[in-house]
Amino acid sequence: MTDFLLSAHNLSVRFGGLLAVNKVSFDVKKGEVFTLIGPNGAGKTTVFNLISRIYTPTEGSIDFVGPKGVVKLTEQAPQDVAALGIARTFQNIELFEHASVLHNLLIGRHTHRKTSFLQDMFFTAATREEEQRSREKVEEVIDFLNLQHYRDTFVAGLPYGVRKVVEVARALCTEPSLLLLDEPSSGLNVEETDDMAFWIQDIQHELGITVLMVEHDMRLVSKVSDRVLAMNQGEVLAMGTPREVQSDAGVIEAYLGSLDDVSSLRRESAAGVSA
Amino acid sequence: MRFIFKTEYAQDIGLAKHQGHTFWYSALVLLLLGAPWLFTEYWLAQLTFVLIYSIAALGIMLLAGFTGLFSLGHAAFLGVGAYTQAVLTNMGVPFPIALACAAGLSAAVGLVVGLPALRVKGIYLGMATLAFGFIVEEVLARWESVTGGNAGIHLKKPNVFGWVLETEIQFYFLCLLLTILSTLCILNLLRSPTGRAFVAIRDSEISAQSMGIHLAQYKTMSFAISAALAGVAGALYAHKLHFISPDQFNILQSIDLLLMIVIGGLGSVHGAFLGAIFLITMPQLIAIFKDLLPAVVGQAPGLQGVVYGAVLIGFVLFEPMGLYGRWLKVRTYFEMFPFYRKGMFKRQKSFQKSDRLK
Repeated sequence: MTDFLLSAHNLSVRFGGLLAVNKVSFDVKKGEVFTLIGPNGAGKTTVFNLISRIYTPTEGSIDFVGPKGVVKLTEQAPQDVAALGIARTFQNIELFEHASVLHNLLIGRHTHRKTSFLQDMFFTAATREEEQRSREKVEEVIDFLNLQHYRDTFVAGLPYGVRKVVEVARALCTEPSLLLLDEPSSGLNVEETDDMAFWIQDIQHELGITVLMVEHDMRLVSKVSDRVLAMNQGEVLAMGTPREVQSDAGVIEAYLGSLDDVSSLRRESAAGVSA
Repeated sequence: MRFIFKTEYAQDIGLAKHQGHTFWYSALVLLLLGAPWLFTEYWLAQLTFVLIYSIAALGIMLLAGFTGLFSLGHAAFLGVGAYTQAVLTNMGVPFPIALACAAGLSAAVGLVVGLPALRVKGIYLGMATLAFGFIVEEVLARWESVTGGNAGIHLKKPNVFGWVLETEIQFYFLCLLLTILSTLCILNLLRSPTGRAFVAIRDSEISAQSMGIHLAQYKTMSFAISAALAGVAGALYAHKLHFISPDQFNILQSIDLLLMIVIGGLGSVHGAFLGAIFLITMPQLIAIFKDLLPAVVGQAPGLQGVVYGAVLIGFVLFEPMGLYGRWLKVRTYFEMFPFYRKGMFKRQKSFQKSDRLK
């Protein structure tokens, strides 16, 4: 029964008079790459923020298969989501700027800390050992994403493309079972986007991590996604393989406008020329 | 130019990053141990004050410099520590126990003040802590049965389980010991998960939270540690002066504490010490140079305030990284000679921070 990792039922969010997400339901299966697409303001990032508990849904619920069985995600505190195995990146990059890459990644190990504040203050053998273990794990991630060169560099001095990768690395350091990527390719050039696609595939196949992402670049989407969910104005338009969704009439209309719009535009321009 | 080749994780975890550190910090400790025989009594007293203020500065540095929470009422914690120490010492409680109580009570008060910090940020937190500072000052002045009111309170000499610290030299060593211990505690915290969580909260609350850091818990913890250190400093301050009164813990003291870490360099442990040195030596320098100035300027009241203000504005404008930042630049200049360039420490402006979730 539980072949899903995350299951959203009838999610709705209302901000005052705006219905940002309207009765959205979907399942993310274990081990797949699931992508949310849609025009600006479709509610994709809002869905993300619901899953990472920054927002609370007005209606509906989210089930997640955590390390201790199925939990209602909507009843968890925002800081407890990471410990369940959900890690995320942000669209506009939220790294700890005045710390080195290594420190950023070590913060990603926070949910795995076992030492108390007092042990830390006196830096006991347990803390020392834990620091060592954290670094071993962080080095694995650094190797995985080829960040060796930037290990001791401050984030504030890194180019945008590298920061994007560091953010993915930080999320991986939490050893998640579900990775949320909010527009992983925004602000990247073609080559960097290709690298990102390669890493997403690696994350899925080598690390066995389920990926849920929001993405606009359709080339990247069709390259890596197993299933795609298209949204518009807070509602589900279509769901299926990238090919199916791209050929869906509703999706095409949402992106390009309907045939009526186009013909009315033609009429207007024709009238403009003749006038 | 020094290149550090790391071959073990222990090198990265250890306090001393290279042999230079070990050498220079050992030399510094030796110098401080020999200070009573190297300096005159007057300068030893000043050095004692530097140590006491360093402890308070470490606390406020952890709060403001590493957790990003500004407190404009930090003198209140100093006051709570000082009065707890004074009252307990006069009751005959041995020094270590009184000190632990002073630190503990300050920390407890810090926890209470930390609560608004969970809801308000930046300037609003400043206002909340400012108000708290006034409340404590008023309590110290009005609660006469315990604090002696505006008349103040006299302290007995510190008594370590029957061994009375009679001389200033003995007291200096006590301060030195406590300063070293506090510094080690802060350094340990900063290289452990707890300290990294503080830094994470400072740089981005939203992503700290999504990394599993409990914001409320760590913010109050930062307030409590910071207050505890201020409490320890307050206790030593009370013993050093032998006499305390509420007006020593007013807003000017709070501003001095904040000024100290901003001028020292926010976000660096060295900055706390440099700031403390600045705060203590500045009045002496002003006193020396005052006589050289024309009487209209030199004898004018409020000269110290003007100089402090000017120095602070100068630092904010020209050296936001404080004295420690300046030292880093000078050191880099010599290390890299002749390749140092002006823009090397320039902060890259970034406009990518997400505001939509705040």
